[in-house]
Amino acid sequence: MQFHKYDVIIIGAGGAGMRAAIESGQRARTAVLTKLYPTRSHTGAAQGGMCAALANVEEDNWEWHTFDTIKGGDYLVDQDAAEIMAKEAIDAVLDLEKMGLPFNRTPEGKIDQRRFGGHTRNHGEAAVRRACYAADRTGHMILQTLYQNCVKHGIEFFNEFYVLDICLTETENGPVCTGAVAYELATGEIHVFQAKSVVFATGGFGKVFKTTSNAHTLTGDGMGIVFRKGLPLEDMEFYQFHPTGLAGLGILLTEGARGEGAILRNASGERFMERYAPTIKDLAPRDIVARSMALEVLEGRGAGPNKDYVLLDCTHLGAEVLETKLPDITEFARTYLAVDPVVEPVPVYPTAHYAMGGIPTNIHGEVLRDNDNVVPGLYAAGECACVSVHGANRLGTNSLLDINVFGRRAGIAAAEYANSRESHVDLPENPAASVEAQVALALSEHGQERVADIRTELQATMDANASVYRTEDTLKTALHDVQTLKERYAHISVQDKGKRFNTDLLEAVELGFLLELAEVLVHGALARKESRGGHAREDYPNRDDTNFMRHSMFYKQGDGLSADIRMDYKPVTFTRYKPMERKY
Amino acid sequence: MTATAETTAGSRGAQPPVPDGAVTVTVKIRRFNPEFDDEPRWDSFDIPALPSDRVLNLLHHIKWYVDGTLTFRRSCAHGICGSDAMRINGVNRLACKVLLKDLLQKGDKQTTITIEPIKGLPVHKDLLVDMEPFFEAFRAVKPYLVTYGNEPTRERIQSVADRERFDDTTKCILCACCTTSCPVYWTEGSYFGPAAIVNAHRFIFDSRDEGAEERLDILNDIDGVWRCRTTFNCTDACPRGIQVTKAIQEVKRALLFKRV
Repeated sequence: MQFHKYDVIIIGAGGAGMRAAIESGQRARTAVLTKLYPTRSHTGAAQGGMCAALANVEEDNWEWHTFDTIKGGDYLVDQDAAEIMAKEAIDAVLDLEKMGLPFNRTPEGKIDQRRFGGHTRNHGEAAVRRACYAADRTGHMILQTLYQNCVKHGIEFFNEFYVLDICLTETENGPVCTGAVAYELATGEIHVFQAKSVVFATGGFGKVFKTTSNAHTLTGDGMGIVFRKGLPLEDMEFYQFHPTGLAGLGILLTEGARGEGAILRNASGERFMERYAPTIKDLAPRDIVARSMALEVLEGRGAGPNKDYVLLDCTHLGAEVLETKLPDITEFARTYLAVDPVVEPVPVYPTAHYAMGGIPTNIHGEVLRDNDNVVPGLYAAGECACVSVHGANRLGTNSLLDINVFGRRAGIAAAEYANSRESHVDLPENPAASVEAQVALALSEHGQERVADIRTELQATMDANASVYRTEDTLKTALHDVQTLKERYAHISVQDKGKRFNTDLLEAVELGFLLELAEVLVHGALARKESRGGHAREDYPNRDDTNFMRHSMFYKQGDGLSADIRMDYKPVTFTRYKPMERKY
Repeated sequence: MTATAETTAGSRGAQPPVPDGAVTVTVKIRRFNPEFDDEPRWDSFDIPALPSDRVLNLLHHIKWYVDGTLTFRRSCAHGICGSDAMRINGVNRLACKVLLKDLLQKGDKQTTITIEPIKGLPVHKDLLVDMEPFFEAFRAVKPYLVTYGNEPTRERIQSVADRERFDDTTKCILCACCTTSCPVYWTEGSYFGPAAIVNAHRFIFDSRDEGAEERLDILNDIDGVWRCRTTFNCTDACPRGIQVTKAIQEVKRALLFKRV
């Protein structure tokens, strides 16, 4: 075992983690622990843009952005947080530009802006050009720019260090975070990092689904670690399905395509979104578009030999717009489906994309241990966190915004907290014990179940039973399946027994997190007997503000993988926007 | 030294159902785990695969169902994260961007796909190499915007044409396909390599940047751009379609004429 001591530890090197590191690293002794190399994180796969009311190309203001975010989230958004995000969005974009991000430009040389789903002028009048972008690789440019600036500031990275636990020390005022425990992939060694502050920025858990835009490595590790510590997760039933995944593959095609004018059509060529969202049509928020597409298919209007997808028509945009503003997605369609968007429509279907829920935090990124109290020294930002700025459905581009605004806030708060403490709080006794036991158990001979089989079956049942549309019956099936798979997980076999880059072991550990998070998602979806944002219950098709205008909070009861889940609720924060019916 | 899957590793039990339309292909992989092996070897695996599969799918099939010790990096699986650069049939590619249909032999001949780690970087295990020397070269060229004086309150103004000037080199995902395809890099590990120069180019030709001279000084070094012998391997290897050799030539020209 090796021991390290820092002021601030940041776990994860995607957009949120590196944005936090740039702030923290200039204020306190900081290390970033990441299971991947920094530029491999999935922030790099984000395409379309990052919204901010710069008003560079038409009238706009951040209050409209706040309203759109709250309405888009079906009023489950904490309005104080949404207001902060929309207000700070402007500086967040300008900061990135000053760091060197090569945004596309207007003819006057200002940052150009394009339309995006759910972002409107004056509270819903029409789509507004608010998304700042760099072709269709905005996330790539953000990730590269943040890494470049980490290099500039000499941020210390521990690459391919897989954090498996955090250290909580009990004090008379409750638990305090005092460090993290990591498994070094290169050597199989365990490292204990003592710290005054720990920031989680570990991303989402899209790999609970089969059809997903998410990377193989998005397995909810951070959320899983926090949950296993008995700390809550929030709003986990709200999972976003992005409307335009490449059919059958799930690879993302940006909403920016529709922002540039692309149109969704069913088998007969009809622009069906005119029926579902008469005002903003194809630029309705993602939950609405995804459900409309699923309905078209369910009602027999799907395209293709099996009528199981719809078509994204970009042909009228012309080769130049596609090659200059949407080059990556044009190439994805050509490479993976052998379809050329310049001359033919692209088969698309909703793909599991983004967790609205996660580790509950306040607006400083401090992690909550219940509805009112924080865990001193523990922070979270980005997709793994739930502030909540996305409520029941995130608007397109608001995730790139979230990681920059709240990554920055968490980095500053973590460093300032560390600097306000004179000394490190003692670590708990044997801080590495549970990780050592976990690794030893995984490598021991205790069964013949294959990780790949359990994961495949998990993803199949989640796709079939807990995706765009859900019912009591399908969710009960999913819950039963997940619980059965957890039992089988107790008998998995890891074939690679070595210490060096044991990715066989890594996948087994990741599957443990996926199983727990899938169960929490389904548990929450069963309990929420209403339809709101990304959570659509066929058996409860309406939003029920009387009973469900509240956040879900999930607590693990006990230690084992099959421990029970306790549910609680947390009120939504309102400032000035009263819930209204959501029409577009 | 071709061994078969059966002899090199215990199969992980029953194989999953073979999908309709699958063909059997032989995947021949360069293996080496310094923890247990004295020297590298070749393992061959006969596996079913669909023509629409990516090479990454084939590697996953082997790891998940045949030999769990097979080790490689991967993440996004669609050519954006840059994790899975490897030598596929002798050329540097991302395993998630090569489709089996583009490798299949014509007629009934069984296809063999040869996969090795990228060259020029120390092998840690199987297809997984030490990326540190690569990133070290990247960090050495000051790959960030350098500016002096007060920052403007709003964004810096940049014309559409000035933005377009360096667009190509902003696409780099640091996968190392280019650098590890370069014969100079294979023999002179101290050479910065194409990827580092691409990233220097991205800033040297950015109208907002004021660090071009510092970077050009660095690249004028003995291990800098002059090592490039315009073999064009890098340009052929780039999975993002960057005109790598052209970018290097532009940096050379900037040095020769002291003008960006």
